[in-house]
Amino acid sequence: MIRIGDAPRVRRLLIGAALVLTALFLLLPLVAIFAQALMNGIDVYWQNLSDAYTLSAIGLTLLVAVITVPVNLVFGVFLAWLVTRFDFPGRRLLQTLIDIPFAVSPVVAGLVYLLLYGRNGWLGGWLDAHDIQIMFAWPGIVLVTLFVTCPFVARELIPLMQAQGSREEEAAVTLGASGWTIFRRVTLPNIRHALLYGVILTNARAVGEFGAVSVVAGAIRGETNTLPLQVEQLYQDYNTVGAFTSASLLALLALMTLAAKAVLEWRATRRETAT
Amino acid sequence: MSIRISQIDKTYGYKGHGSKGHGRKGHGHTRALEPIDLDIHDGELIGLLGPSGSGKTTLLRIVAGLEQADSGSIHFGERDVTRVHVRDRRIGFVFQHYALFRHMSVFDNVAFGLTAMPRSQRPSSGEIRSRVMQLLEMVRLQDFAERFPAQLSGGQQQRVSLARALALKPDVLLLDEPFGALDAKVRQELRRWLRHLHEELHFTSLFVTHDQEEALELSDRVVVMSNGRIEQIATPDTLYRQPANRFVFEFLGDVNRIEGDIEKEILTCGNAWVAAPGVENGRQELLLRPHEVRLDEQPSPRAHLPVSVTAVVPVGAEVRLELEADWLGEPWLATISHADFERLAITRGKRLFAQPSRLHRFDTSRPQTLAPLSVS
Repeated sequence: MIRIGDAPRVRRLLIGAALVLTALFLLLPLVAIFAQALMNGIDVYWQNLSDAYTLSAIGLTLLVAVITVPVNLVFGVFLAWLVTRFDFPGRRLLQTLIDIPFAVSPVVAGLVYLLLYGRNGWLGGWLDAHDIQIMFAWPGIVLVTLFVTCPFVARELIPLMQAQGSREEEAAVTLGASGWTIFRRVTLPNIRHALLYGVILTNARAVGEFGAVSVVAGAIRGETNTLPLQVEQLYQDYNTVGAFTSASLLALLALMTLAAKAVLEWRATRRETAT
Repeated sequence: MSIRISQIDKTYGYKGHGSKGHGRKGHGHTRALEPIDLDIHDGELIGLLGPSGSGKTTLLRIVAGLEQADSGSIHFGERDVTRVHVRDRRIGFVFQHYALFRHMSVFDNVAFGLTAMPRSQRPSSGEIRSRVMQLLEMVRLQDFAERFPAQLSGGQQQRVSLARALALKPDVLLLDEPFGALDAKVRQELRRWLRHLHEELHFTSLFVTHDQEEALELSDRVVVMSNGRIEQIATPDTLYRQPANRFVFEFLGDVNRIEGDIEKEILTCGNAWVAAPGVENGRQELLLRPHEVRLDEQPSPRAHLPVSVTAVVPVGAEVRLELEADWLGEPWLATISHADFERLAITRGKRLFAQPSRLHRFDTSRPQTLAPLSVS
């Protein structure tokens, strides 16, 4: 059989092209971020990092992730469980609805939340009367981030749980196990790799979300700026080094996420080949 | 422990729409089980036999509590378990595809039922250990305790699954096509082994199968099902010799048909005829099993059925032949002894005469068996 790329010259050409493109489009920008951030030396980098506003942005970003990830972890598992283990009217509709945050532009999501919870919004009047501020404060940022990241865990779990079926759970219940025991000892171990992957994706998106957050945050420096918003603002202020310093933090987080994913995949394949 | 199933029925439809259980078929509703009555005695091994879609698995799952019947009741001994949750029914269930916990070792799989008990009732870890090892010894897998399910063959996995189901000493053991996914040789071995185990431990068991041989070999009594109904409940012997109706007769083995007009107790079909003692005049269909066909070089005074041999399969204790003739719609199958095969010097294309030793009729209210050769 003759395949394209069988000839050594063609093969070398194709591999070379792939490497060059990867370097150009993926690696170079990454290097550029760190190069820009460290342009004026490590001292300036530290100085920029310890800037009060940047520190506050880091704090807020971490707060958003710390709330979003567990909430969507529980929500995603619950949703996947519901959709794959029970048959009820509207199940398919629910499965489609899960994808709305993927289908809709984050900016639109932000606007919708603004419409709902903003001072002139449907719920905003009531909230205002009770002195609860959601928009232009951290609760609003958390809410839109929850919305944007809610499909990740469920999307990872649903195909896997569908493929695995409910036989092991049925076997466990015939052996007298309670619902919680079944979840903890049978369901959870079977989905743990997919679940971790879903969590990693959720975390990456929660930390990096810009569009939806920028609509509801109101860009109050030191108060409602997350890291991505901080990057943008610093850049607008012609503080290129500062902007890239914050950006380097985000890039670092992304790299750590990718490394975590690679380790997980490596461990999963090693487990499979072992058995 | 005896099992009493009374008036269990089930209709599948869209749940929660309020329109189920009114006996309505049609739109989105399938009647899975007509009201079913079945009494299983203490210590019996019962086979539920039927084609796919006959409702046998649904019935088994209802007995287990994995599915709910629309109405009716189930008793284990004197205990009404109709509304008892699966986990409290004290059953052992063996699944067709084993359903072992894939991330647990063989040991942990078997121990699951014991370790999942509430802390107050749970045996000590030493007791669990010795109980599990004893079970693994029983299924001859004591050397495999630390393996994972994926590292075992199908037959070994099914044995683990049996040990797991027996760990809690269930009153009732339920098996859903337990050997369906295994190859013929392993299946044979496991059957014999299950029979042995059943005699030793004396649990009451109910198993589902679509394999007639398996049902006849294993069961004390066989329940034949089709379309959500019980067709017959009988011992394997009775079932084979006195099938209650045509469905049972056809489901339990190969069947040859002859159809023709009867006049003066003779059935005629083209140039062929056979004596049909006691059958009234008119169009009739008679059936017979392959081993009820004898072959000879000459017609007899009671049968003139010319056939020619189209295929010869000399397998096992008998020789299987395929017979064709102008007067036959579909070819007949005949199984004859190797001695007859040699005596008649049968080859492909050889012309012979068929001599039915028995003929069966099912279009009457009671099944009827005719013996054309022995009637004088």
